[in-house]
Amino acid sequence: MMTIDPKRADQPDDVARTVSKRELFLGFLKIGLLGFGGIAPWARHVIIEERRWLTEKEFAAILGIGQILPGPNTMNASVMIGDRFQGVPGVLLCLLGQMAMPLVIVTSLAVVYERFATIAEVKAALAGAAAGAAGLVLGTALKMAKKIKPTPLALLVGSMAFVAIGLLEWPLVPVVAALVPLGIAAAALEHRA
Amino acid sequence: MIAGLLIQIARVFAVLSLVSIGGANAVLPEIRRQVVDVQGWMTDAAFANLFAISNAAPGPNIILVSLIGWQLAGFAGLLVATVAIMIPSCTLAFVAGRAVTRWSDKRWVGLLKEGLVPVALGLILASGVSMMRTADHDALTIAISLATAVFVVFSRRNPLWAIAAGTCVSIAVLHLGAFHP
Repeated sequence: MMTIDPKRADQPDDVARTVSKRELFLGFLKIGLLGFGGIAPWARHVIIEERRWLTEKEFAAILGIGQILPGPNTMNASVMIGDRFQGVPGVLLCLLGQMAMPLVIVTSLAVVYERFATIAEVKAALAGAAAGAAGLVLGTALKMAKKIKPTPLALLVGSMAFVAIGLLEWPLVPVVAALVPLGIAAAALEHRA
Repeated sequence: MIAGLLIQIARVFAVLSLVSIGGANAVLPEIRRQVVDVQGWMTDAAFANLFAISNAAPGPNIILVSLIGWQLAGFAGLLVATVAIMIPSCTLAFVAGRAVTRWSDKRWVGLLKEGLVPVALGLILASGVSMMRTADHDALTIAISLATAVFVVFSRRNPLWAIAAGTCVSIAVLHLGAFHP
């Protein structure tokens, strides 16, 4: 199923990797199915660790673009990833893949919820899974930072984002609006130095 | 009138889609306000229930919206709500992605992408901490979160192993009667 697209192969930034429609759909089907506590960590696991579609930094940049647009950041990222590898059909397959299983599961849960929600074991299991999902998101951010090795200035911008949203709980939109220009300025300064 | 309801569902969620910078969690208060206060589609308690169910399921957080549609108008409601919350934001992402690719040789696009990386990292870290604040209410759940984070940082294996282990530990501790009340 692998085809070499000459247009892409000569782009210097490209990892020279092509991903077929089938791979895209199955990859995102897995991301959706695994995606407890939001899909960003799972998307990273499948796309970076497991299948190596993108580099760590490319993924973070795409996620960053996804973040400043309306909509879930990972879903926005998946639109751009699908388009990059397979155009519009790729976009549709990525979206269908990530929504299919969650929709089946969430409606099934809704049907049985009333009956099981009061069982102590179910409560304990949900509490354990929720705690694990939180740790998963935390660990994913730390691992990305470890691999990307941000410059001191980038680290400062990232820390400001973390403190403002994670600790001070300021509203997201103004914080992002203030920090994106700072991040760009930091990147520009690093390149000049 | 089911058709009228479906149109209303489509309108409410298509608008929400366009303002949902930061994803479903960021607009959760607005979703609640629309569904409970403005449209009067359900009670606060029913909404909280749906929120809990959508959190227990995998997938993008916007499946909460799909579930609301399903609750209101069955399968048609599920489809309409899902498509309405997805199309506007996904279309924007598509256009933005194409623009970034088209101008990828421009210096400012490179800087934009590079400048967004630390912001994205900081925000993911922040959402991990705020999820911990919601999920962790005793020593056991804090330990599960931290252990999972350590596993993810140091292992390339599927994080599902860590989540499954945390779930099992939580059930086991319940039976031992140690931490949970």
